[in-house]
Amino acid sequence: MSTYSPEAQQSGSVPGAPSGRGSSGRGRRSSPMSWRWGDRVALAAAWGAGIGLCVIAAAIVLYMGYRGIQYLRPGLIFTHPRVSESGADSGGFLDPLIGTIVLTVIGIALALPLALASAVWVAEYGRPSWLARVVESSIEIVAGTPDIVIAIFGLAIFQLSLFAPFSFTSQGGGVYGNSFIAAGAMMSLLALPPVYAATRDGLQAVPGHMREAAFALGKTRITTIRRVLLPSVRSNIATGVTLGISRIIGSTAIVLILLGATLRIETQGSVPGIDLLRGTGSSLTTYIYDNSPAGEGGAPQKAYAAAFLLLVFVLLLNLLVDRIGRAQASSTGMTPIGAVV
Amino acid sequence: MMEWLRRPWPDHRAERTLGAVSLFVFVVVVAMAVFVATKAWPIFQHNGLSWLSGGGDLESEINRMTVATTKPAAAVYHLRAWPLIYGTLLSTAFALVLGLTIAVLASVFIVELAPVRVSRVVIPMVRLLASVPSVIYGLIGILVLVPFVGQNLITTHERESVQNVIQLTGAGLAVTVVILTIMITPIMIALICEALASVPPSWREGAVALGLNPLRAVRAVTLKAIRPAIVAAAVLATARALGEAVMIQMVSGGKSFAPKPVDGVVFFFEPLRTLASAIIDYHDGIGSPALGASVYAWALLLLFSAFALSVTGYLVKLPLRKYQTRG
Repeated sequence: MSTYSPEAQQSGSVPGAPSGRGSSGRGRRSSPMSWRWGDRVALAAAWGAGIGLCVIAAAIVLYMGYRGIQYLRPGLIFTHPRVSESGADSGGFLDPLIGTIVLTVIGIALALPLALASAVWVAEYGRPSWLARVVESSIEIVAGTPDIVIAIFGLAIFQLSLFAPFSFTSQGGGVYGNSFIAAGAMMSLLALPPVYAATRDGLQAVPGHMREAAFALGKTRITTIRRVLLPSVRSNIATGVTLGISRIIGSTAIVLILLGATLRIETQGSVPGIDLLRGTGSSLTTYIYDNSPAGEGGAPQKAYAAAFLLLVFVLLLNLLVDRIGRAQASSTGMTPIGAVV
Repeated sequence: MMEWLRRPWPDHRAERTLGAVSLFVFVVVVAMAVFVATKAWPIFQHNGLSWLSGGGDLESEINRMTVATTKPAAAVYHLRAWPLIYGTLLSTAFALVLGLTIAVLASVFIVELAPVRVSRVVIPMVRLLASVPSVIYGLIGILVLVPFVGQNLITTHERESVQNVIQLTGAGLAVTVVILTIMITPIMIALICEALASVPPSWREGAVALGLNPLRAVRAVTLKAIRPAIVAAAVLATARALGEAVMIQMVSGGKSFAPKPVDGVVFFFEPLRTLASAIIDYHDGIGSPALGASVYAWALLLLFSAFALSVTGYLVKLPLRKYQTRG
């Protein structure tokens, strides 16, 4: 997917450009004032829609910024949350912040190899072609599946007694299926499609003579892929990963259902490292949800503060995608991959 | 062992390994369908296809499921999911109609009408709207829009007219649709803009040369050429709207009530519940067999719709390939 580039349109005629010759009324280029009413209304509506969306986006950012500056204190970021009746002494959101980071790391660590292998196989080997088509469609289906369904599927999987080591077990022997591993594994399904799409598009855009040059030097296909192709699509992969990260940190449903949404990180077991992965916790998104009137917390100030932090992360990731895309465009002259979705 | 791994792999082994890893995603998709369907099976076993119909009181049916023992009687499984399906269709349809109109207008604005300096600002703004997490939309909805609607737009008279049935707090169809529209419009704009930009400018210039004003030329030539892309965008946005769970759960009022169009204006302020938001509401009760099965059944319906929409999207995009424009 390439970005829509307004510059490309400039090669065409600019609607307002004068046609030059002809001074009679019929031949002259019409100004909107002489159009029919319907057209003028449509023109106004188009401007209204474009500007309106801008205003909404600006309003959201400004409002969240205002609330964030009002309520976000450094202390909130560095203190653990506490269970309390009043919002004032319920602590900060250190644990949810760590939870978000852990989930992102697990999700990307699982999604990246999978996405790279699939993209390389589909773009470079892809035989038999019906099998490649199956892989492509599967990833498309995963991309189109709502995250709430992915979460419910994760619950079905991780409540199997086969996966008992990945979460904790109640006294009766029932497997809860709630853990960082479970949530992270499902998060990887969210991050997979963008990484895959960006890598595949990048590989397909690599000119054939680069492969031929490597083959002429006696390299095998896989060596070509490792030494020539993958390094040349590094920035595509980076873009895909960034998009994947922003999907992961924004997902609420999976954390709500698969991480237990406990206020603090509760470890399970005694092996350091593993106990965290088997444990439950929360992320910024569920912290916001729980502290809003929809959850139990009822501390909107903290929800605003956490939401502001989350929005800042998302904006930074957006900026990063832009930067990577622009750097790539200027270094290779290829169109930047900057999927909006 | 390590030595064997470190040596450059022969091509055929690399190809087979990569292919096997790629197929893992296919396995996940199949597993998803199989697992969710198996878990949902008891509900369909007891209700058949009348599960999709209406006529029951959803909340009391679910309460019965919640308090049931681990081996519930067959009657406990009785559920009529229509209010949820109706809520899902209602919010999606309204948001889609509104969103598609705005998206087409805004895309034409971005690609054809706006001066470069303006579109350079608009494009990142639209992209920003697409990337705001749904929980932030929900937060703004529940803390800003819901109180606003509740205090300013609902009159006392309207409140009293339905007070025996439901409480109007402001959370309901109107706020849900407004936020859902804002969430799905950027997705459509991205696809439509891409298609618009891929139409050769000479086509539109030809129409302008024949005497159409620029806007008519866009409507008559460019928009007609990208019709499949518009439909594909609508399909993708529908998939997104159907699956939106957290935001809707926060702002829809959380009542299994089916808004009634006969109520007039009040219709827009009535609470609703969608399939996805019901999953959020009841996932805690997944341990009880009957309720668990119904939660999986809702998820199955969503999964099935997402799958159907994927196929539709693929079919719709076929004619685009013929013209070699990317969609």
